[in-house]
Amino acid sequence: MKNYDNKNEFIEGVKNSLPIVIGYFSVSFTFGIMAAKAGLSSGLATLISVTNLTSAGQFAGLTLITAQASYIEVFLTQLIINLRYGLMSLSLSQKLHPSVTTGKRLLIAFANTDEIFAVSVSRPKKVTTAYMVGLELFPIIGWSLGTFAGAVTTSLLPPFVQSALGVALYGMFIAIVLPPARSHKPIAFVALMAAVLSVIFTYAPGLQRISAGFVIIITTVLSASLGALLWPIPDTKEGDS
Amino acid sequence: MKIYSYIFLMAITTYLIRMLPLALFQKEIRSPFVKSFLYYVPYACLTAMTIPAIFTATQSIVSGVAGFVVAVILGYQKKSLPIVAGFACITVMITEAILRII
Repeated sequence: MKNYDNKNEFIEGVKNSLPIVIGYFSVSFTFGIMAAKAGLSSGLATLISVTNLTSAGQFAGLTLITAQASYIEVFLTQLIINLRYGLMSLSLSQKLHPSVTTGKRLLIAFANTDEIFAVSVSRPKKVTTAYMVGLELFPIIGWSLGTFAGAVTTSLLPPFVQSALGVALYGMFIAIVLPPARSHKPIAFVALMAAVLSVIFTYAPGLQRISAGFVIIITTVLSASLGALLWPIPDTKEGDS
Repeated sequence: MKIYSYIFLMAITTYLIRMLPLALFQKEIRSPFVKSFLYYVPYACLTAMTIPAIFTATQSIVSGVAGFVVAVILGYQKKSLPIVAGFACITVMITEAILRII
């Protein structure tokens, strides 16, 4: 097993995180605005972002807090919306370098967001603790600062800029999926199937009441299972451990 | 204060979902099906998050579609993440500027 230089790993993580930081700042800025509009102080809004680090979960949580919902409702909503992180963590667990011990896993898990996950698994090499810390540090700061800035300044960015930044994270996802899909057809098939299923579950009459988080879980499980049945991946480097 | 209980509950639920699989699955999974499944998960998951959400992420569906098309073209050409994301944003801005003029 190759040795990794912690400093280089950390720096590479930080570099890879920069597009995420920019995207996070704008999204959390919007969250800050909405939290302020819902009557939360900028301190509380920032506390939510620092402790939760999830966009859909926080927006939904904000609605529930405003409605003074029951704790069980809050718990179930977070569970359903965020269950996809469980799948991502499972996938990430296979990508971690053997040197990443349980204690370090407990730390890394805190910021395993959609985007952090996407970047870490798109790395050709195994990921180390130093790399993950570098990858997670500035997005956490950006997410928190963006929320604070959004909460204190009501609407600093003109609406057309906010609107344009709305596609930044999706653009990044597309840039992660398409290159491997182009060279490896089963990935293209799985992605295409996920797109079709996601649209069906979002818009089909009768299915519309399924929450966005749940749509992602169902779609992911169905398309990845079908991909695994049709095109099992050839045995990968077994001698790695 | 009830608000702190809400925030704590949200945070702990989200953390446990992220932490448990990472802490529990330390060994390499052997099952070819599970391995293949996990190999495809990122692509399925990222696509499901992008589509159809990207179409309604902006002020008008037209600019959302325009941003999507540009991102797909550049992504297919294997351009880097910031380039694809940046040009998608610029496309949205230009499209919305044109829409305001029309």
